[in-house]
Amino acid sequence: MNILEVLGSIFTASVAAATLRLATPYLFAAIGETFAQRSGLLNLGVDGIMLMGAFSAFYAVLMTGNLLVGLAAAMIIGGLMGLAMAFISVTLKAQQGISGIGLYLFGLGMSELLFQTLVGTPKSIQGFPPIYIPGLSDIQFLGIGRIFFSQNILVYLAFLSVPVSAFIFNRTNFGLKIRAVGQNPAAADAMDVSVTRVRYATQIIGGVMAGVAGASLSIALLDVFQQNLTGGMGFIAVALVYFGRWKPLGVMLGALLFSFVNALQLQISAVGIQIPPEFSTMAPYVITIIALVFAGKQSERPTALTVPFQRGE
Amino acid sequence: MRKGLRFLAVGVAAFGLVGLFPAAAQDDVFRVAAVSPSATNDLAFSQSMFDALTMLDEEMGDAFEFTFQEGTFVVDDAAVALRDWASSGEYDLVIAHGSQYGSVVEELAAEFPEVAFAWGTDVNTFDLPNVSAYTVAAEQGGYINGALAAMLSESGNIGVIGPIEVGDAKLYVDGFVSGVNATDPDATVNVTYIQSFGDVPLATEAATAFVSNGADVLSGTAQMVVGPIGVALEDGLWWFGTQSSQAELAAESGVSFQVYRWDVVLRDLIADIQEGTLGGESYVLTLENGGIEMEVSEFTGLDEETLATVEDTIASLTEGIISGDIVPLPSAEATPEATPAS
Repeated sequence: MNILEVLGSIFTASVAAATLRLATPYLFAAIGETFAQRSGLLNLGVDGIMLMGAFSAFYAVLMTGNLLVGLAAAMIIGGLMGLAMAFISVTLKAQQGISGIGLYLFGLGMSELLFQTLVGTPKSIQGFPPIYIPGLSDIQFLGIGRIFFSQNILVYLAFLSVPVSAFIFNRTNFGLKIRAVGQNPAAADAMDVSVTRVRYATQIIGGVMAGVAGASLSIALLDVFQQNLTGGMGFIAVALVYFGRWKPLGVMLGALLFSFVNALQLQISAVGIQIPPEFSTMAPYVITIIALVFAGKQSERPTALTVPFQRGE
Repeated sequence: MRKGLRFLAVGVAAFGLVGLFPAAAQDDVFRVAAVSPSATNDLAFSQSMFDALTMLDEEMGDAFEFTFQEGTFVVDDAAVALRDWASSGEYDLVIAHGSQYGSVVEELAAEFPEVAFAWGTDVNTFDLPNVSAYTVAAEQGGYINGALAAMLSESGNIGVIGPIEVGDAKLYVDGFVSGVNATDPDATVNVTYIQSFGDVPLATEAATAFVSNGADVLSGTAQMVVGPIGVALEDGLWWFGTQSSQAELAAESGVSFQVYRWDVVLRDLIADIQEGTLGGESYVLTLENGGIEMEVSEFTGLDEETLATVEDTIASLTEGIISGDIVPLPSAEATPEATPAS
């Protein structure tokens, strides 16, 4: 096998399709976290919300057989956990890092307890099926039809959330308020912008999207729930917000890069090319860090990130 | 006031003495406490021990009790529970079910010489008279599953998803590959170690990558296999499992499962401890001693004729392995043999 054949067996349409699937939960969670961070709130509890979202969606589908009910359950639970985090960090002005870890541990433990109590053992469900876009899913050229137009609804929605959130940040009054509150809450307050209301809203949006991120695993990509299903994906999502420099497009590129390297190492093993598994496993992290280093120094970090707002201070 | 202080001092001293010298269990109830790294319903490693203890509990009734601390993947968390149990003196046997707990067991066993400890999967008793070690010859069931996989594969392309290349996971995978190669030398069997026991999304994508490259049979080990099982089910592939029965989840995709029967070890351990031997021995689950059972899925989608062939093959390979005619792995790579207490 010459080098071109080897490369041809590695860089396939299935790797690209897997990249989109793997990126989906990261995208939902990281875009949601971008809303929170742009308004000055750091939520390290994203992974806990994802777990609760994953379980509630799974259990609702198991009980009702209705996928939309499952999705709604994940959104409601995620929103409520976002609300709780907002109450802790905005109203009570608690240290955001520590309270986020608390929320994560709550989600980890509660989802496990509920799973043990209500379900007992791993069961599979019928999740969201792939949607084949008529006329487009048949495109054979470079596997484009298979990669982009044969995914399940949540994959499409995850990527749709990127331009939608960019539009909200850059073209709407609400987006302007979010940025103002994140950069200079005192000035925003002086302009009659309710810092509290904006931060509650962004934290709830972040919670809802983290809930959907969890649901994307349990009722769309894996169709199963297990304890600690996310395995720390929520923390990677938080890191992706930094990687993307608080911009939806940057977040998406980070999620795609990380997922692509993961998909690539799986493909390399699947075709029987022997490389040390430890190397291939650390590759996504190493390459993402290198990319972060070279991504540019100009930071658009919200200056009020993690700083509680107190009028008059 | 002085009298009150005297009572307090006596009370504190008594409490301290109780703490220094843990009381042995004083009744006829045999009490076991165990930690495990994952959940008791993981369809894999932890469940296999939990099922064994539950079986003994049902068999022995009031003469047996057990407590189980699951999900202690972090060794420090497990160490807290193990120390608590050892110092309480309430347990006749303390089990650390995970090869990562070895150093903790070694330390605690030296500190509490009157408490019986068991740990696995390993064969190292640290030369301590109150430590038993247990492991499983996972390559035996792996070999049988591999041979069956080669037999059922039409594409000659088989995928295996492993966690980390250590312990019984490595033995199973190596045995599986050996079984495939012995049955069909032309078959391709590719292995992906995802470097995690619990990363279900990554394991699922690993399985999907195998399917995309033409695999029609999958196998795997550790608790993250719930994802690959879903892939096998969705794409109509055959699935071979290990550690616990995954028949219900795998439904018609499931073919056979290597089931660990830790109760075989536990029965021996309990008998030894009741006779006053607290440890010093290592145990190995094998096909021969009944510690490994090959279960054919009751939900399998195999037709009757193929199912009969599968059952016959399992019987003949089991016989061959027990008799020594079939050696799943060269001895240097296989599970070490059990050692009796010195």
